Amino acid sequence: MTRFVLALQWSGRHSALDPAGPQAARIDSLWQFLWIVSAVVLAAVVAALLYASLHRRRHAEPEQAGAGTRTVVIGAVGLTVVILLVFLGLNFGTGRALTIPPDGAVQVRITGKQWWWEVTYPGNPPSYQVTTANELHVPVGEPVVVELGSSDVIHSFWPPDLVGKRDLIPGETASIWFQADRAGEYRAQCAEYCGHQHAKMALLIVAESRDSFDRWLARQRDSARTPADSLARRGQEVFLASSCVMCHTIRGTPAGSRIGPDLTHLASRRTIAAGTLPNTRGHLAGWILDPQRIKPGSRMPANPLAAGDLEALLAYLETLQ
Amino acid sequence: MRAVSPSEVTRADDQAVREELERTWADRPGFIGWLSTTDHKRIGLRYMITAFTFFLLGGLNAGLMRLQLSRPENDFLGPDAYNQIFTVHGTTMMFLFAVPMMHAIGLYFVPLMVGARNVAYPRMNAFGYWVYLIGCLLLYAGLFTNTGPDAGWFSYVPLAGPEYSPGKRSDVWAQTITFTEIAGLIAAVEIIVTVFKHRAPGMSLNRIPLFVWAMLVMSFMTIYAMPWIASASLFLASDRLIGTHFFNPAEGGDALLWQHLFWFFGHPEVYIIFIPATGLVSQLVSAFTRREVFGYTAMVLANISQGFLAFGLWVHHMFTTTVPQLGSSFFTATSAMIAIPAGIQIFCWIATIWLGVPRFRVAFLFVLGFVIVFVTGGLSGVMIASVPFDTQVHDTYFIVAHFHYVLLGSLFPFFGALYYWFPKLTGRMLSERLGKWHFALFFIGVNVTFFPMHFLGFAGMPRRVYTYIAETGWGDLNLVASAGAVVIVSSVGVLLVNVLRSLGSGAPAPDDPWEAESLEWATASPPPSYAFVHIPVVEGRSALWDRSAQRPVVTGLRTNVRDTLVTTLVDAIPDSRHYDPRPTTKPLLAAIGIGVTFIALMFTPWGLPVGSVVVLIGMIAWAWPDRRSYAEQVAYEGHA
Amino acid sequence: MTALLAASAACERETRRFHDEAQPPAAGGVRLTALEPGPATSSRALRHPYEDNAWAVSEGKRLYSQFNCAGCHAHGGGGMGPPLMDALWRYGAEPENVFASIAGGRPNGMPAFGTKVGATQIWQLAAYVRSMSGLVPKDVAPGRTDHMQVKAGEQAAPEAVPRNAAPEPPAP
Repeated sequence: MTRFVLALQWSGRHSALDPAGPQAARIDSLWQFLWIVSAVVLAAVVAALLYASLHRRRHAEPEQAGAGTRTVVIGAVGLTVVILLVFLGLNFGTGRALTIPPDGAVQVRITGKQWWWEVTYPGNPPSYQVTTANELHVPVGEPVVVELGSSDVIHSFWPPDLVGKRDLIPGETASIWFQADRAGEYRAQCAEYCGHQHAKMALLIVAESRDSFDRWLARQRDSARTPADSLARRGQEVFLASSCVMCHTIRGTPAGSRIGPDLTHLASRRTIAAGTLPNTRGHLAGWILDPQRIKPGSRMPANPLAAGDLEALLAYLETLQ
Repeated sequence: MRAVSPSEVTRADDQAVREELERTWADRPGFIGWLSTTDHKRIGLRYMITAFTFFLLGGLNAGLMRLQLSRPENDFLGPDAYNQIFTVHGTTMMFLFAVPMMHAIGLYFVPLMVGARNVAYPRMNAFGYWVYLIGCLLLYAGLFTNTGPDAGWFSYVPLAGPEYSPGKRSDVWAQTITFTEIAGLIAAVEIIVTVFKHRAPGMSLNRIPLFVWAMLVMSFMTIYAMPWIASASLFLASDRLIGTHFFNPAEGGDALLWQHLFWFFGHPEVYIIFIPATGLVSQLVSAFTRREVFGYTAMVLANISQGFLAFGLWVHHMFTTTVPQLGSSFFTATSAMIAIPAGIQIFCWIATIWLGVPRFRVAFLFVLGFVIVFVTGGLSGVMIASVPFDTQVHDTYFIVAHFHYVLLGSLFPFFGALYYWFPKLTGRMLSERLGKWHFALFFIGVNVTFFPMHFLGFAGMPRRVYTYIAETGWGDLNLVASAGAVVIVSSVGVLLVNVLRSLGSGAPAPDDPWEAESLEWATASPPPSYAFVHIPVVEGRSALWDRSAQRPVVTGLRTNVRDTLVTTLVDAIPDSRHYDPRPTTKPLLAAIGIGVTFIALMFTPWGLPVGSVVVLIGMIAWAWPDRRSYAEQVAYEGHA
Repeated sequence: MTALLAASAACERETRRFHDEAQPPAAGGVRLTALEPGPATSSRALRHPYEDNAWAVSEGKRLYSQFNCAGCHAHGGGGMGPPLMDALWRYGAEPENVFASIAGGRPNGMPAFGTKVGATQIWQLAAYVRSMSGLVPKDVAPGRTDHMQVKAGEQAAPEAVPRNAAPEPPAP
């Protein structure tokens, strides 16, 4: 029934009712119980209400009728209590199963910022640490523990296909674990109101096989290479000479500011501007020139670059695989 | 004044008595009279009109929001405007409409329903209204000067704090809250004292109308809930203005402290709205089935237990924060438990309808609509009491759907009460035909707007987003919701037409058009300034139905001074007399003083010392003995 | 009338101008000193609109911290660079002067940020720098931050009437 309603309504990118991981699945089965019971209760109440309003009145003595009604009312309240107790039991069972992460999970740290996500994979040795933005890669079928923090206001991490949400609160550290059982891309969006661009603060979760996850992680560890192509090399000069360098890092170049997202592997990402636009050349150009049109209030300033410089810069950014 | 005297009070001297009462209780004529009135009926009506005006403005905000969200990547409103509008929408509906409207209905009808001439502390009543009005005007002055608060009606720190909300927007929010809290506390005190000390003789606690019980419970809740938000908004304002660190984790403050304080108030707030709505439903059910509500004691206990439980479930707003699991389980249990008293109420109403003979007038239709809409919202409320389920739907459109079902569910009895009491308020009947259109459109509109939002929540749409990208697939359901909003707007349009037509050319209303049971129907429509010619004596739970043919009344109260009767708390035995103070503009002066203080406090800490001097002067003038009424009292005491 | 004035001030204070493409001050228009022949020009008349805009000043405060201005100037008390919260200004206290100092740099250590930071952001920084010595309106200046308290918010800064200070003599 739920599936039917869902299929009827949309074919969206993600849904809490189409679980791709064990936790979302447990919550989904709790929901199955909840909605069926609720539908029955609602139908019963509406039926009782309409019947009470419309039934044909007999000339019954009110006193007698009152006594019978009393029994019915007490019975209905008793039934309510029983339903609530069953609900509490199921709920605690589900809650217990969700909280404790299994051993040997992949560790990730996510820091919420206005209005993007910094994603860090701790490394051993520490120089193997990987920093990226707005894209979380995880191996399929393995538990992942995400440590959540915020550097400004409260945000909330929520991939509905995989698990419920958890807030990122400044001054506190929270964690959540999940597991993706199906390979694919899952969207997560900030769920706690965090200011102007709360609406455009999404994170893409890419679940892939262990091999390709390892390959991805290894590639993310690399520094950016100096491009061979002369246009791209000029683009690098544009990058280093312009305002980009005030906020962004590209490892392997002098650009090392941590205010905006790390761009070392920008071209490997599927989206830009925190899940707002697909990462194509045209969108990237529009974003660099006038980000305030795409995300008004975003922290990225407009960059009125000359046409030739922009061309070169885009060519350079495309080399950042 | 040996309380009760049988019916030897003949109609013959009524006319003379009426005229003298009118002279004694009338306000001064003209504009000064308008400013200085302390008549609970004038102030109550004024409260209702103000609250309803802000309901319309809040609805306008909602309309703008639905317009913006009707399609993906809409650029009708930018984030800056949208964030102000959704914040002002929530703040308006909660603080300027729902709670004040319930208080207003209470301030108007509770004294009439308990057979009192005026509310207790009538000057404070006037003061409360003026403070509330200043709060309303402040919020909208803010919105119209681009200073509308934009951190949400819940104003979570650090977003609403000094670092992330520059300018005065959040200060406008904090001070609007302060004003409405003062007004709310005042209304609560008045309702409690009126119910406890000004009931008509014979109306013992177990004979109070259910609406009055609901208002009593609601008023106690107000008194316990409001201080939390008042201190929270004070902390926020002082963090912002003088750099305290209540909410700064780096200096030993805590961002979560705000959420605890806010929701310890915020959840009871919902019941502060809902409990009076249940009282309204009880009055309507009993009036339109011509039967006492089934299970009076159970209904009263249900309201009282809701009042207590409401303070034990604030953490269910915080299940996704770092509160410990075990603690959360406690709040799941309490949240689910509140379904039991709510269930008792629903079942008792259905039983009443079953046992009675329903008359399908518009007001009764709204009761039926209430049960359906409210039960839907209540069931999704039980769902989100579950921690695991809540982690999925918290802060999504599922929650938006849930609380609009509950709150608009509470709006159904309000509209029902409007059709029920409009004749009493204005002396005119509302059109039943237009009323049925209003009901039908509203019922359809609410369901079309808010039911799809449950699914949007599952599909991942968070709350408080000013737009969404097309790839999310949320566009279609949002369009449906926006279409539903158009239906809601048109239903309110029909209501307005109905009200305006009725005021112009409605059928004149008799004293008791519905043959209802409670005491407000024992006086003229609209009630005269002195409310009752003779204070009635109550002989049963349904004051008018239980009256013997003799119609006993209280005699011995003076008619040439504002003499009111004070009765005992439990049994309502006449105890003493109390002189109602004369009308005065001094409460208005004190209210302006409070207004100056808190508005100046947005800009400079000097607002406090300077403003409090103004308030002090206003208060001293207010409490200054009034020579004329004093002379009247002396003359009267000497005479007696 | 008063209400209207207050309302227009409120509007200016609260606007969020995301799209503003501010221009640098006109070339040659930057005065280094208040000494001039003839009647003095009011400094109020020269105030850039950003100085009445709370959001712009708070953006300036954020940039001041993120661009590590504190590395040399500390939180206004000065260190390697001169203090910014006092009354002494080596190169003038007008917004245009501060803009020129940030954009063009100054001898003995202040780098030129003109090519790295856009004009809008420099104006925001300049407005914030002036708020540190109480030169922007109190209702516009920022409050405390959510960090360890090093000093009170700029809204509490006493107004330090600007005086000229001699530029530091070159190091021997």
